[in-house]
Amino acid sequence: MSDSETESTPEEECIFSDELDPNFKFEVAKEHGGDAIKYCFQCGTCAAGCPIRTISSDFNPRTIIRKILLGMRKEVLTGKEIWMCSNCYTCYERCPQDVKFTDIIFALRNIAAREGYAHKSFIKQAELIRDMGRLYEVTELELEKRENNKLPPIRPQNDDLIKIFEKTKIMEKIKKAK
Amino acid sequence: MKNLKKYSLFLGCTIPVRAMNYEISARRVLEVLEVPLQEIEEFTCCGYPVESVDEITSLTASAKNLALAEKYGTTILTLCSACTGTLTKAKRTLDKNEELRKIINDNLAVLGLKYTTKAEVKHIGKFLLEEVTPEKIKEKVVTPLIDVRIAPHYGCHFNKPANIFDHFDDTERPSSLRKLVDAVGATYVVYENLMQCCGGAVLGVDENLSLTLAKTKLQHVKDAEADAITLICPFCYLMYDVNQKRIERDAELQFKIPVLFLPQLIGLAFGLDPKALGIKMNRVKPKDLLKKVETLQAG
Repeated sequence: MSDSETESTPEEECIFSDELDPNFKFEVAKEHGGDAIKYCFQCGTCAAGCPIRTISSDFNPRTIIRKILLGMRKEVLTGKEIWMCSNCYTCYERCPQDVKFTDIIFALRNIAAREGYAHKSFIKQAELIRDMGRLYEVTELELEKRENNKLPPIRPQNDDLIKIFEKTKIMEKIKKAK
Repeated sequence: MKNLKKYSLFLGCTIPVRAMNYEISARRVLEVLEVPLQEIEEFTCCGYPVESVDEITSLTASAKNLALAEKYGTTILTLCSACTGTLTKAKRTLDKNEELRKIINDNLAVLGLKYTTKAEVKHIGKFLLEEVTPEKIKEKVVTPLIDVRIAPHYGCHFNKPANIFDHFDDTERPSSLRKLVDAVGATYVVYENLMQCCGGAVLGVDENLSLTLAKTKLQHVKDAEADAITLICPFCYLMYDVNQKRIERDAELQFKIPVLFLPQLIGLAFGLDPKALGIKMNRVKPKDLLKKVETLQAG
């Protein structure tokens, strides 16, 4: 599906050069995993194999890369698009230029999170693992089920991630959600 | 096993709460294969959930688990493919970047731990393939699962990205699970778009998108007339088993495709009781498949 199929007014389709940030591609390249961004020659192999693009016209790896290279910083970092990648690594494996798009996505999300644009589900996940050491609460029910099925006991609660979070100051970095 | 290495099962977040049947069956099968396990109760989340928002925290969370394995002198044996990917990627990143390793170890000092690059991580599927070997599994089979049609689901973080897993399997036309399905005598069913992602990673961002992806796979497996899907990741399991009824309801379709964890399938071939493999916990009941197995056992 091409972008022209999505409904928008001609005005919205315009890209204004004074709103572009030509340094954005260098910023992405500096981020860990983002260094191969400039190798992209827009062949579209990533988009062709992308399972998300197949079912949603809102997501297209090639478009995201083009936007980065053009300098559409705000649009890339504040939209939902970068949070829609399923990290399946199909494009990563197939890219003839070794752009490693899955790593680019992680780089973009890290930048976006620092500016307060993390998707709320990821902030929630961070809070959960901080507080419990794991994503899902292990309750009495699970502990009983473990015993009934002869599984060794596990610790329902672990404070190690609270200490790690305090040290890395992750919540201060990402909490300024806009 | 000749191998005297000790292994520690890494359960991750999902298995103890939402896929205990994976752990139960894995432990039973590893017992039969005489794999020595040592529990590490201090393991915590692998770091994957925060990789998207703060890589340094994610690497520290990974390194903490790697450092624990070093402390106990065991190899990390993972069940979840996302944990496998995250821990392996962290190891590769830290092993080749001394400067970053210093930063991460400085973070780990608050827990009195240090990662020294010695820890090893292995997914149970890769472990069965490379260290136990299909030959050894075959020796333990008491009921070859003749004519049981198994659709493999590899998922995304078991053999991709190939560079962190030393390219042990082809990422477009993989064969690792074929060797294990063959070892238990079942029929390996190839179906359309076999390498397609389960969609689990976007469930929290766009539920509809995620469930649509899962639905497509269920349809392809149905079209190939498989008796069951076999898989090796709790997240893929949630998508195909736990969410299957909901997907059927939303799409007004019927799939009724049982989803078995690989150790459940192997356990059945080892002659273990389905109850001992936690099969009761699977939402889609593999009634027909179990009847087939009973008939094979009787025959």
